[in-house]
Amino acid sequence: MVRIRNLHFGYSRKHPLFQNLSLTLEQGHIYGLLGKNGAGKSTLLKNMVGLAFPQAGTCEVLGQPAAKRLPAVLADLFFLPEEVYVPGVTAAKFVAHTAGFYPAFDHEALARYLAEFEVPAQAVLPSLSFGQQKKFMIAFALAANTRLLVLDEPTNGLDIPSKAQFRKIVASALTEERCLIISTHQVRDLESLIDTVLVLHGRRIVLNADLGDLAERLTFATVPEADATALYAEESVRGAQVIRPNRSGVPGRVDLELLFNALVSEAPALTHHLSTQPSAHEPVL
Amino acid sequence: MDFKENEAIYLQIAGYVSELILRGKWPPDSKIPSVRELAGDLQVNPNTVMRTYELLQSQEVLYNKRGIGFFVAPAAVQQVQAARRERFLTQELPEVFGTMLLLGIELPEVQRRYEEFKHAQLHPISHENQ
Repeated sequence: MVRIRNLHFGYSRKHPLFQNLSLTLEQGHIYGLLGKNGAGKSTLLKNMVGLAFPQAGTCEVLGQPAAKRLPAVLADLFFLPEEVYVPGVTAAKFVAHTAGFYPAFDHEALARYLAEFEVPAQAVLPSLSFGQQKKFMIAFALAANTRLLVLDEPTNGLDIPSKAQFRKIVASALTEERCLIISTHQVRDLESLIDTVLVLHGRRIVLNADLGDLAERLTFATVPEADATALYAEESVRGAQVIRPNRSGVPGRVDLELLFNALVSEAPALTHHLSTQPSAHEPVL
Repeated sequence: MDFKENEAIYLQIAGYVSELILRGKWPPDSKIPSVRELAGDLQVNPNTVMRTYELLQSQEVLYNKRGIGFFVAPAAVQQVQAARRERFLTQELPEVFGTMLLLGIELPEVQRRYEEFKHAQLHPISHENQ
């Protein structure tokens, strides 16, 4: 679905954002892209959808270089930026003018999503609140029914009930043919929704791992005091929050926030543990 | 559904499905929600629900009719009870033992309280009148 090899990119030559970045995304998954502010999450997504061009290396989407922006590829991918733009027309008119670009557009699904989100279909788009505009565009993006769907910080600006509606809609929209990428720094909003976690740090992808696999390999626990078995530890009011190798064989629950903190602080023990255990997923550190 | 912090979500969903079967909400041989329907209802990844259904299928709680969907197995209640029993004895009980050891609580005290508890469960009205 997406195949990136040795990607180099930066807005200035002095400060490259990506160096030798490689990443493969498959259909049938919801990927969560995590990274610190300024790590380049949005820029990576823009490379995938043909809005930024690799300075070296390749970025292929649906088997074609993304930068070529072939109509057949653009008809099968949708990119929703963090800040949505809506023209001064009604929702119905926007759909009438735009849905035609997406051959698989599902009008019934759109009606369902808008009803779920409680967005009025007859309203003039710019007269809606920012959150309502965003929900309309999320509904449109999902209804476009493209094989590749890229959502940049979709839950930003959504209120609490809307976040639950968002998870419900996205969970029911995944099919075996589709690939969804959601970038976020609101880990808690999405941790039950994504199945594969990508961490962008230090100009490359430092983790591309199935959450089920991670749960089998790592244990996340709160203990009175961190001991030598801890691959990473963080002090908290309840005690030390630790990541340990999973010796029980029973998969637990992955604490994405703790895992993210461990990876961006470059905890050497964790890095070593993950890199020494073979996994079906690449690149894993 | 609110998820607990330290148990894999697919196992928590397996517990939820088992509960529905034990309480008779999903009777034997009835068709259960599709993977996508349940994923939407619970707001979780469909692959997670698939993993739950595969686990319950391997435990003979569910069966799969190709192209139609998942169904509750005829002996699902017994299978769920057996799995729950196993889980209690191997996972939950050792945790209780650990706490007992830590606090110096001996078995006779636990037994006395268990008998009282059983009595209250079996005779709820006389218990209230006491």
